[in-house]
Amino acid sequence: MINIENLHKSYKMGNNTLHVLKGIDFKVEEGELVAIMGSSGSGKSTLLNIVGMLDSLDEGLYTLDDIIIKDLDETKAAKYRNKFLGFVFQSFNLINYKNALENVSLPLYYQGIKRKERQEVALSYLEKVGLKEWATHLPSELSGGQKQRVAIARAMAARPKVLLADEPTGALDTTTSFEVMDLLQKINEDGNTILVVTHEEDIAKMCKRIVRLKDGVIVEDKNVEQVLASKYV
Amino acid sequence: MFSLDRWQEIFQTISKNKLRTFLSGFTVALGIFIFIILFGFGNGLKNTFKEEFLEDATNSIRIFAGKTSKPYKGFKSNRRIEFKNSDIEDIKLNFPFYLEYITPRINRFALSSYKNESNNYSTQGVAPSHQYFEKTIMMKGRYLNENDVKNKTKNAVIGRLVALDLFKQEDPLGKYISLAGVAFKVIGVFQDEGGDNEERIIFLPYTTRQLLEKSNDKIDQILVSFKPELGLKIALIFEKKLRLFLKNKKSIDPTDSKGIYIRNIAQAANQNEEFASVLQYIVTFVGLGTLIAGIIGISNIMVFVVKERTKELGVRKALGATPRSVIAMILQESIFITALSGSIGMLIAIVILQNLGDTLDKFFIRNPYVDISTAIFSTFILIIFGAIAGYIPAKRAASIKPIVALRDE
Repeated sequence: MINIENLHKSYKMGNNTLHVLKGIDFKVEEGELVAIMGSSGSGKSTLLNIVGMLDSLDEGLYTLDDIIIKDLDETKAAKYRNKFLGFVFQSFNLINYKNALENVSLPLYYQGIKRKERQEVALSYLEKVGLKEWATHLPSELSGGQKQRVAIARAMAARPKVLLADEPTGALDTTTSFEVMDLLQKINEDGNTILVVTHEEDIAKMCKRIVRLKDGVIVEDKNVEQVLASKYV
Repeated sequence: MFSLDRWQEIFQTISKNKLRTFLSGFTVALGIFIFIILFGFGNGLKNTFKEEFLEDATNSIRIFAGKTSKPYKGFKSNRRIEFKNSDIEDIKLNFPFYLEYITPRINRFALSSYKNESNNYSTQGVAPSHQYFEKTIMMKGRYLNENDVKNKTKNAVIGRLVALDLFKQEDPLGKYISLAGVAFKVIGVFQDEGGDNEERIIFLPYTTRQLLEKSNDKIDQILVSFKPELGLKIALIFEKKLRLFLKNKKSIDPTDSKGIYIRNIAQAANQNEEFASVLQYIVTFVGLGTLIAGIIGISNIMVFVVKERTKELGVRKALGATPRSVIAMILQESIFITALSGSIGMLIAIVILQNLGDTLDKFFIRNPYVDISTAIFSTFILIIFGAIAGYIPAKRAASIKPIVALRDE
């Protein structure tokens, strides 16, 4: 599904160049649940941003579903993001003046789907994350865990090929974190490919594979025995 | 291209962000409102100005006689100059190229009475062409004619207020009034837009006035009008020649500034018109200033709005919004708000201007108005600039990478 070869990325900080990713080789097959781990500054978020086409790569090859992703202009990147990718952010990034249902239907709006169908699809995804009754509530009326579940529903509503989660539990307490992980595991069981960036060990262990980054290179890449989050919920 | 979905999206954004919408809408409405009100006031000032200064014929020249201040050709100084009927004939003979109308005028105050009512009015002994100089409008009967002058008839044309004072409800036509003891027949009633004093005048044939004053042929003033197509420059030449001619005829030193006074209304009117157009420039300038202030106001708000929405725009882009759709959304929203609130501001201002009418007369603002095309044009300009002001930050926001927009601050 995802194939990355010899990926380099550096940032210019004034006169200095910060070499963040120093040759990453990385493959993800369909249906995997991968945790990308590393301390801050290890380049894990940069990697996720490049995979998510939110950032461009300097050197190397990146193919997503056999399409070479390179030198995209913003319009094309937006279309690919809309078609291939779903995003879950640490700070949820829900649009605060839209209710849960409207937030979930937003990617469908950009896919050009008709209003009525949008609402039906969005409602079915809200139901999947257990928030059907909260459809008309604004983000400010939801708890952190609920917000993240709305965000996950929004990411899934566009039927992406890959779900990218950047510290999805970073702003949540332990119990709520496990609820969110339980949800991600269930989505993964349905056959969806998920990448989770995290720095928490126990969250990483709930994935099927852990990739560790340090100073811009992969230091470890192993499959693990998945811990089911439902045990803690 | 009309898209119901996009409009729904925009209406939602507008209705969920009431303060923001109100602020930008208010700025636009206020800008256009002030512009139109100011412009209307400016027009009102101009109206007042025109009515105050430009009511009489503007191509006329008034000639007065005075006392000389220099000795000349054996005459001592301090000699009183007087005009005579022959002067009129000489001017007619010598200046046919320039001349349009000419009339003498003899001013006398006279106690006028009808039945039990009496009052002092200014009487003016004039020729029929005098009607042209004062733009006298006949309400009833007729003005003086050549017959009146030739036969020295005792006919009088009275002002509207004279008729009202002396005759009350009675019809004055054909009645006789006494002017300083002499009976005159009222043959006409006139009105004049120059104000009340201009309607408290009685016109008599100048020959009749001369007859009453021991059959002399003296004239107080001469009113001359030049052909309007000659223009101001030639009028000034005419004035010069006229002065020279009269000084020569009356044996006045050509360098003597006294003796004969000539007041060229054309020159005064020209200055007045120049003043009026300066007034118009000032009004336009102030109006443009307001408009620019309004545009700057919208620009500021648009920058602020886009800044405030950076994160939202980042989210939208991460979810698949193309830069084009982001720009289109912001523009459509800003144009919609500017157009709506601009029209509201414009309509309110127009309605207020129309209802003001003469209520601001004491501030020299009469009938303030703004023509619809100016109003619509300025609103349109404001909308265009509002769109441009929105486009620049929107374009910048749309080109920011979502990763930057989404960065937690």
